[in-house]
Amino acid sequence: MTAILKVDQLRAYYLLNHFGVQREVRAVDDVSLQINRNEIYGIAGESSCGKSTLIKTVAAAIRPPLKVVSGTLHYSFAEHELYRLSPAALSRIRWRHLAYIPQGSMNVLNPVRRIRETFVDFAFSHMGLSRADFFEAVVAHCERLHLPASVLGAFPHELSGGMRQRVTIALATICRPQLVIADEPTTALDVVVQKEVLAMVREAQQQIGSSMIFVTHDLTVHAAVTDRLGIMYAGRLVEEAPTPEIIKRPLHPYTASLLASLTRLGDRTAKKGLSGAPPNLSAPPAGCRFHPRCPLAMDICRQANPALTELASGHRVACYAASPAVQPSEPLPHQVPTASARLHGAAA
Amino acid sequence: MNQDLLRLDHVSRLYHSGGLFGRTPVRAVADVSFALGTSQPEVFSIIGESGSGKTTLSRMILNLVSPSSGVIFFRGQNLAALRGRRARLDFMRCVQPILQNPFEAFNPLSRVESYLFVSAATFAGARSRAQREFKVDEALHKVGLSLAEVRGRFPHELSGGQLQRIAVARALISSPVLIVADEPVSMVDASLRMSIVNLFKTMRDDLGVSIIYITHDLATAYYISDRVLIMQKGRVVETGPAQAVLDHPRDPYTRLLKSSVLSLDGAEDSRNLQVNMEATAK
Repeated sequence: MTAILKVDQLRAYYLLNHFGVQREVRAVDDVSLQINRNEIYGIAGESSCGKSTLIKTVAAAIRPPLKVVSGTLHYSFAEHELYRLSPAALSRIRWRHLAYIPQGSMNVLNPVRRIRETFVDFAFSHMGLSRADFFEAVVAHCERLHLPASVLGAFPHELSGGMRQRVTIALATICRPQLVIADEPTTALDVVVQKEVLAMVREAQQQIGSSMIFVTHDLTVHAAVTDRLGIMYAGRLVEEAPTPEIIKRPLHPYTASLLASLTRLGDRTAKKGLSGAPPNLSAPPAGCRFHPRCPLAMDICRQANPALTELASGHRVACYAASPAVQPSEPLPHQVPTASARLHGAAA
Repeated sequence: MNQDLLRLDHVSRLYHSGGLFGRTPVRAVADVSFALGTSQPEVFSIIGESGSGKTTLSRMILNLVSPSSGVIFFRGQNLAALRGRRARLDFMRCVQPILQNPFEAFNPLSRVESYLFVSAATFAGARSRAQREFKVDEALHKVGLSLAEVRGRFPHELSGGQLQRIAVARALISSPVLIVADEPVSMVDASLRMSIVNLFKTMRDDLGVSIIYITHDLATAYYISDRVLIMQKGRVVETGPAQAVLDHPRDPYTRLLKSSVLSLDGAEDSRNLQVNMEATAK
């Protein structure tokens, strides 16, 4: 299996300096994962678990105060980490190799331009075709994705929410990028439309054979589209496995309680939500970050963070209760400098 | 005098869209009738996709929007005929809203408890500071929080789940008989969602509050509702006991809604999406 993207021990923090008070928000803390060719990798987690920061870092949309503190990202289509590239070099890679399907399609499509012109804005310079050939390619691409060609002449406000979201999917896949990042693409949609859009995401991915990072907090959506699933909690990846495996045999108590709290049709047995609230990432709990809410918390959980350990083939979990094989994560080979040293040495 | 808590009689609401010329009427709610009884508190779910008129309907029940035609009775009183501050406050005391987005419901610049104190002073007749604090603390205890935990916090310091609990507590301060909850859990994190939904159950069973639960999520509606009403484009397509309707939907639209609900079993064969895709493309 070839990797499209390899993330290794990535730490991306928001470094804030208000009136001399330094604060760091550890939004992504020691995350390692790999996205393979031709797969949909799901990332699940609730708000403020760091999933948006992770995809911002992957898409090189890093603006201060967000800063990559340590760790590496390796892309198969670029020699260097994207966030280190110059804007000109980055714009050659964006959309050609890495595209993005955002959540609110109304805010993405230019309201005063027809869809056809939006296609020109996004993709024309990457395709290297003449104008006539380019429009032919756009029409053919829309046809493959079952989008009527009439949408190309429409303005965004003339289309329904579901149709707009389908246009953004077509827009993101027109250049056949190796990696597509989909950030909650169906959260704003109704159930009926959601199912159609998800089917389109899957079909588009299979047609162009690209890899996809699919972010949503809705586990039933993950069950429907993703091949592998990573669960994030408070800036860390706590469990990762093929999606059917994680749903059948969740090993981390957080995953298990998320799955147990889901209601389904035809089932009225009492469900319990998790007690407590997600931690504040500027002062996360010591040890395993889930321990204040965890029903299985032990002494060691309060002291040292468990390493993400592979227990079965492809099933990684960071929980001491899952297996005695899970050990505390080793101290990193390179020492993480303190917040103040980092702020002052930020130029490097 | 009729015995219903709330009765909607052929209620419709028309909006006009478009400019000065070529205004087109849009029927947001068309001829909706239903009634909630007084004898048994219940969770009554209104289910529909966006644009089905469910929010307009909830705003009419809260007397924020008046129907274009038809009448809404609350305890036999026509809402359109409510006149004067006293009558309006009396109505608001009995019927309280819970809004969709807790982050928008609270003023980000003031502490959350100030909002609760205003409710206590306006609706619960708490004149002194001690009375207000007692009322607020009592309501917060019903949702598993306390004034000590909440005091002095700003909305951004609390999670969506906590804020939504506080919003529920605020609605409970005036001891209402009916709560209208418009998509109360759609903005709440997955791990906290069930605790809010369970709160509605407790409110119905222990406090005897009837709840109109507006949602597009069939799974939670099935979980908590006693009766459901399915809306499509402003019209009621099906109504009845929750289990009967959702287990054996008769209307084609309800069937479509039910078939669109994703379940965890989807991971077993993701092909079912593919089939659906081809069907919709035709």
